[in-house]
Amino acid sequence: MNKVSLRSILSQLLLLLFVIIWILPTFGLFISSLRDKDLLAISGWWSALTTTNVNEIYRMQGMDEQNQADNYFIITDNLFKKNSGKKIETFGITSKKINEFKVGEVAIFKDKSTVTVNEDGLYIWKSENEFTKKKGKRLFITASSPPSFTFDNYKEVLFQEGIGQAFVNTIAVALPSTLIPLIICSYFAYALTWMQFFGRDTLLAIIIASLVVPLQMSLIPILTIYNDFGALFGVAAKSYPGVWMAHTGFGLASTTFLLRNFIKSLPNEMMEAAKVDGASHYDIFLRIIIPLSIPAFASIFILQFLWCWNDLLVGLVFLDQVPSEIILTAKLKELLGSRGENWEILTTGAFVSMTVPLFIFFALQRYFIRGLVAGSVKG
Amino acid sequence: MSILDISLIVCLGIVSFILYFHISNYILDFFGNNNLKRIKFENSIRVLIFIAPACIILFIFILYPVFETIRLSFYDKFGREFVGLYNYNWAVNDPEFKRSIFNNLAWLLVVPTLSTFFGLIIANLADRIWWGSIAKSIIFMPMAISFVGAGVIWKFIYEYRGPGDTQIGLLNAVIVSFGYEPQAWLTIPIWNNFFLMAIMIWIQTGLALVIFSAALRGIPKEMIEAARIDGASELKIFFSIIIPFLEQTILVIWTIITILVLKIFDIIFAMTNGEWQTGVLANLMYDWMFRGGGDSGRGSVLAIVIMIGVFPIMAWNIYKHKQEQKI
Repeated sequence: MNKVSLRSILSQLLLLLFVIIWILPTFGLFISSLRDKDLLAISGWWSALTTTNVNEIYRMQGMDEQNQADNYFIITDNLFKKNSGKKIETFGITSKKINEFKVGEVAIFKDKSTVTVNEDGLYIWKSENEFTKKKGKRLFITASSPPSFTFDNYKEVLFQEGIGQAFVNTIAVALPSTLIPLIICSYFAYALTWMQFFGRDTLLAIIIASLVVPLQMSLIPILTIYNDFGALFGVAAKSYPGVWMAHTGFGLASTTFLLRNFIKSLPNEMMEAAKVDGASHYDIFLRIIIPLSIPAFASIFILQFLWCWNDLLVGLVFLDQVPSEIILTAKLKELLGSRGENWEILTTGAFVSMTVPLFIFFALQRYFIRGLVAGSVKG
Repeated sequence: MSILDISLIVCLGIVSFILYFHISNYILDFFGNNNLKRIKFENSIRVLIFIAPACIILFIFILYPVFETIRLSFYDKFGREFVGLYNYNWAVNDPEFKRSIFNNLAWLLVVPTLSTFFGLIIANLADRIWWGSIAKSIIFMPMAISFVGAGVIWKFIYEYRGPGDTQIGLLNAVIVSFGYEPQAWLTIPIWNNFFLMAIMIWIQTGLALVIFSAALRGIPKEMIEAARIDGASELKIFFSIIIPFLEQTILVIWTIITILVLKIFDIIFAMTNGEWQTGVLANLMYDWMFRGGGDSGRGSVLAIVIMIGVFPIMAWNIYKHKQEQKI
């Protein structure tokens, strides 16, 4: 009995290890996207989860802010922005001794002016003589900083970096690229299963062969066709309809294959009965096949939608890389090149691009898994 | 383009396909009558209506391109003059091509193996633990993320800062905390390939996991119970019952991941763009599609090499399909 429970604990620990390794990268990205961008550049994301000590330098206000009270000239202000949550522990007035004074103690500058700093960042700088410098003196503080998160990065990325527009573009690419093949292939799969015609078996064999044809085989010829087509009719060679059709073409085989497998599994008797009653193939398709196929449609929709949403190559080759057409993945890749050091933009952008897949994943996981298990082999 | 314009053309695109099927079938019904000869004719027209769009798209986007790519591989960079085997000859002697083949082979060896291996282990562990389904969910999650998104995630983990600075990349932070020097992981030739592969393994393990989990449910419980009563150890059960039972599944997963890895492009494009000797065939091909104004001959040769890689799998699929048809 002891041996069994030991084994159980060991296997739980092992699984836990796997889970931690698998979740940590995404978790780190998520945390980073919520952090202040300056902190993000100087400390690891894991340090944002606990209260940490930070050393910071601030400059006090200059002569313009001084007030006169009693016989003193006073400059007073708060070092921190509102609600920063930071608590000062020690401070200093020279860069050599940054921890010289405790909070509340009085520090004396060379010019006899004095300064005290409160825990919440409020300082009072007093002098008997009038302040004459435009800039105030520097303060070195050591503060404990609680975990703090902000949505600033999201605001910046969505509205200034063009990720918001790319998000819309991606929807414009992915939605038709999912629905068009679904419409076409449902008719096709029905015909392949329930209609008799010459060359049906050959067509099926071609579909199965096409399942694994790498999409690289199609890139150059299709691009040439698009360019010729654009030149012939004086329209843009790269456009949304072009991408939809490309995605439709590349998803056709797998969508047809999965749908056919499903339609084939439907009970034969129902179709026969409808036929005897004089229903045409179109009636059978609309009134029997479609309602019964909803779960299969859901699975295939999710697979194809995620594929189109996450695709980079097709969007790169068949769309112009301009703000009105660029898709999220291409935009992210562009940012990786141009803003490679701005991790706040990259992490937030990546997370924005993941929102839709993650939503689908958590809301519709059952259908997603069912589609995958149904044997998706995509070319 | 405004959001309104975009939604308009999106709707137009989708609706036009629905209308095609509706209107064409409606017209057919309208002219139909009950004459037996006419019904036969009508049926063949209807078949045409049903399969025409798919067949046209299949022809334009898959069949024609396959033959066109083969043709282009024997032509010059503009696809105009016949050059025989010149492009193939170039490929064989090109150091970048050799490097890509070598890298692709390494990917093919490592990624499907480790993904399947991890998937199998995790599926078995999670099967017997009460929080197993949550664990499976988490490990499966990367499947939903794009390769580029995963690239950003992992680039952040591999981020390098100089030895004196605070490391913000997880991997270097761990290394430094053990007292080693930080490394710029993605720029160390040969090894960097494995750091890129880790990303693909991280993603594809989830695929293997869910398929294995489904297959595990198919193993008769009595068989395992009986083995346990006979005193077989868990390890013995795993190797003598579970593995043989999952043989087919292992093969299927292996093939799926192999096909994916053959075409791997996004991860390398986003992370290193083929620099520091990380290039693979698909990246080299993309490169030649546009390098120096584009070279369709060389690009086509590279596509064909990828195609040759999937050819055995394709032949096997058709063979299996034929077998099924016979039954």
